[in-house]
Amino acid sequence: MVEQVRKLLEKRVESVAELEKLRQSIVDKKDSSRTCISVCGGTACRAAGSEAVVDAFIDEIEKRELQVQVEMKETGCHGFCERGPLVVIEPKKIFYQQVKPEDVTEIIAETVLGGKVVERLLYVDPVTSQKITYEPDVPFYKRQTRTIFGANGEIDPTNIEDYIASGGYSALSKVLTGMKPQQIIDEIKKSGLRGRGGGGFPTGRKWQSCRDAKADIKYVICNADEGDPGAYQDRSLLEGNPHSVLEGMIIGAYVIGSHHGYIYVRNEYPLAVRHARIAIEQAMDYGLLGENIMGSGFDFTVTINKGGGAFVCGESSALMASLEGKIGEPKAKYVHMSEKGLWDSPSLLNNVKTWANISLIINKGADWYSKIGTAGSKGTMIFSLVGNINNTGLVEVPMGITLREMIFDIGGGIPNGKKFKAVQTGGPSGGCIPEQFLDTPVDFDELTKLGSMMGSGGMIVMDEDTCMVDVAKYFVEFLKGESCGKCTPCREGINRMSEILSGITRGKGKREDLDTLEDLAGILSAGALCALGQTAANPVLSTLRYFRDEYLAHIDEKKCPAGICRELIQYSIDPEKCQGCLRCLRACPTGAITGEKREAHTLNRGLCIKCGACYDVCKFNAVIRQ
Amino acid sequence: MAKVWIDGETTIDVEDADGVNSVSLTVDDKEIIVSTGQTILEAVQRVDGIGNIPALCNHPAVKPYGACRICTVEVSEDGGSKFKFVASCLYPVKQGLIVRTNTDKIKKLRKGIIELMLARCPNVKRIQELAEEYGVDKPRFVLGDQDCILCGLCVRACQEIMGKSAISLVNRGIYREVAAPFYAYELTEECIGCGDCAFVCPTGAIEMGDDGRPILPRVKIPYAEIEALMKKEAATPS
Repeated sequence: MVEQVRKLLEKRVESVAELEKLRQSIVDKKDSSRTCISVCGGTACRAAGSEAVVDAFIDEIEKRELQVQVEMKETGCHGFCERGPLVVIEPKKIFYQQVKPEDVTEIIAETVLGGKVVERLLYVDPVTSQKITYEPDVPFYKRQTRTIFGANGEIDPTNIEDYIASGGYSALSKVLTGMKPQQIIDEIKKSGLRGRGGGGFPTGRKWQSCRDAKADIKYVICNADEGDPGAYQDRSLLEGNPHSVLEGMIIGAYVIGSHHGYIYVRNEYPLAVRHARIAIEQAMDYGLLGENIMGSGFDFTVTINKGGGAFVCGESSALMASLEGKIGEPKAKYVHMSEKGLWDSPSLLNNVKTWANISLIINKGADWYSKIGTAGSKGTMIFSLVGNINNTGLVEVPMGITLREMIFDIGGGIPNGKKFKAVQTGGPSGGCIPEQFLDTPVDFDELTKLGSMMGSGGMIVMDEDTCMVDVAKYFVEFLKGESCGKCTPCREGINRMSEILSGITRGKGKREDLDTLEDLAGILSAGALCALGQTAANPVLSTLRYFRDEYLAHIDEKKCPAGICRELIQYSIDPEKCQGCLRCLRACPTGAITGEKREAHTLNRGLCIKCGACYDVCKFNAVIRQ
Repeated sequence: MAKVWIDGETTIDVEDADGVNSVSLTVDDKEIIVSTGQTILEAVQRVDGIGNIPALCNHPAVKPYGACRICTVEVSEDGGSKFKFVASCLYPVKQGLIVRTNTDKIKKLRKGIIELMLARCPNVKRIQELAEEYGVDKPRFVLGDQDCILCGLCVRACQEIMGKSAISLVNRGIYREVAAPFYAYELTEECIGCGDCAFVCPTGAIEMGDDGRPILPRVKIPYAEIEALMKKEAATPS
């Protein structure tokens, strides 16, 4: 027991000099020529089976007694989720994708011991058909600027020493020894950082008003209640580099004079919760969190709070109500949360990504930071690129990159030779952007101009087989289920929108419905209490603006041009093309298709449930969908 | 020098507003001076002949809530160049604020909200009156048959005035409703039968039952029948 306490005390960093000493000793212990196998341990790779790969590596290393020569590391998300599980062999950064436990013996024998590359595990560039050996050369990574996300692939999130070795907590020591709170705020204001959670409010201004608010108790909150369908960058950051978030929070607390913080994280993110918890414990042990941080006399603790599963709790006032133990409902923010927030105390709430940006700005300076990005939006943004796209994953790019570069150069374009139709940005309250705006630079203001928004960085790519009315219906239904129901416009308005849209997709729409939809959108944006309701009409408005002809096809011709809305399509078999192969007949679950071998089949529409199974299996394009 | 109302009682000079304890603001082109710490709606209600703001979820006895949204007004904080929509029941009065309570934009918004309410509660007298006032003939939507507009006054009265929480708002979105805690069929002993909830209800959705307890809009069935229902439910294997 005494021994344990002493060990714990020895770990404590009592001053900035001691932190530098510790960092040096960790770096010295490291042999940079030593082979390091890093396996991506993000949730997506875990789902693809990375844990079994890790176990296989550990077994193999033990079997061959390679513990001294080889280091094994399970890191956070690397971002290229489409190709998981990912394995990178350092120091050369040899990049293996879709690795299975069976491949491990070969990797150890060939690459680690033999210095040769296992060709079949390399990534093949779909454009040039060439195999790519090293991680930075993969086109997906090449075009990115990974200032915040880059460390994810290099450090073990459960080991604070990894973070310290990579320069972690140096921003905090800089702040505690040489910077006055106002100086830090000025630096952040100068950097032009805007909130990464969706609103894009200037972070420096928020910090200023929270610092200026007079109160004995203030709080710092990290919003990790990411709930947008298809977005998971906050999760990956908290999972893969929790200390970068913590460091930002400690600096924020120091600036506003707060001694307690919360991380409000989704309960559905168990790995993020676990890693954040480990990070807090380790930071406490090292004296980087808790009482008398680094001997500076400043105290700050952080508590993790798991969300209850309501999308609206990502809204700051609802999040704070939930933290207080009340029903997670928003309230009016006519007095800002930075003046009167959690338990009516001034509260500084920022998104995970915003917090992670802080140490970067302090370390590298506002001048360096503000060089990245566009006039109104500085720095980089992490997007989750999902949907009909070849390279699904998380990408970090400088603000101002065009949608085209993001989707085609980094994302690798649309699979199966299909055409691009639209990209939905900003989560369920964002809008759909059509092809003609692909060269728009992506930043807060440009996306807003197009009727969409930056949001938290979700980006759902849709191909030509997507029905835009159906997409609008999907998002409106999502919001209908997530509306808290407190205010009339949101509760009733979204519900009515969903009724109308579902009518249109069933061929029961009228021309006047489009006017009603626009009226409802006006009521929502002007009348709703919180941002969820105010922006809820964006999916409808943007699709009406860019794809009105599709709405009209549904209404006037009772046709769904993309062939998605089940009640507006019919299947039939072209007797000319049908070879009588029996494939569709076997695939049909209701027996609607009849016919003999090598004779044209027929489809009985009375029995057809329009599941599309025949359409998918036909090799001769003989099944017609109209 | 213009003489104006202060809190609807005395008249003082416009220049006498010190911006700390009292503020001067413009409501529909009329300047008024009111004490600080109140909302636009409170201020406007105190001064006769100024402003036209309907409100359903507001009651002087409980804290403002901002749910019905028909009290929405336009305000400008920068001397009239930019206006925004705010709920007047929540927005605090400020020095130099310009408030418009009845512009065409606001009327259109209120009409839209009332149309939504009327579609939900077509048989409620108070909503019908508002619909007539704002020119809503017939909602364009499928009609519901609710009486409750979910203003939450009953729940807040129970909690804030009586210090009880015998009823609560449960579920979210359109499934939201006023119910006993844990969705119980019967109100617990927490309910002392004070009748506050029925008294504050703007639509008459809550009535007092013969047993001295309120009948919530959710289960408009006498509580005697509930026991039978519960027995039946327990008997059916789920």
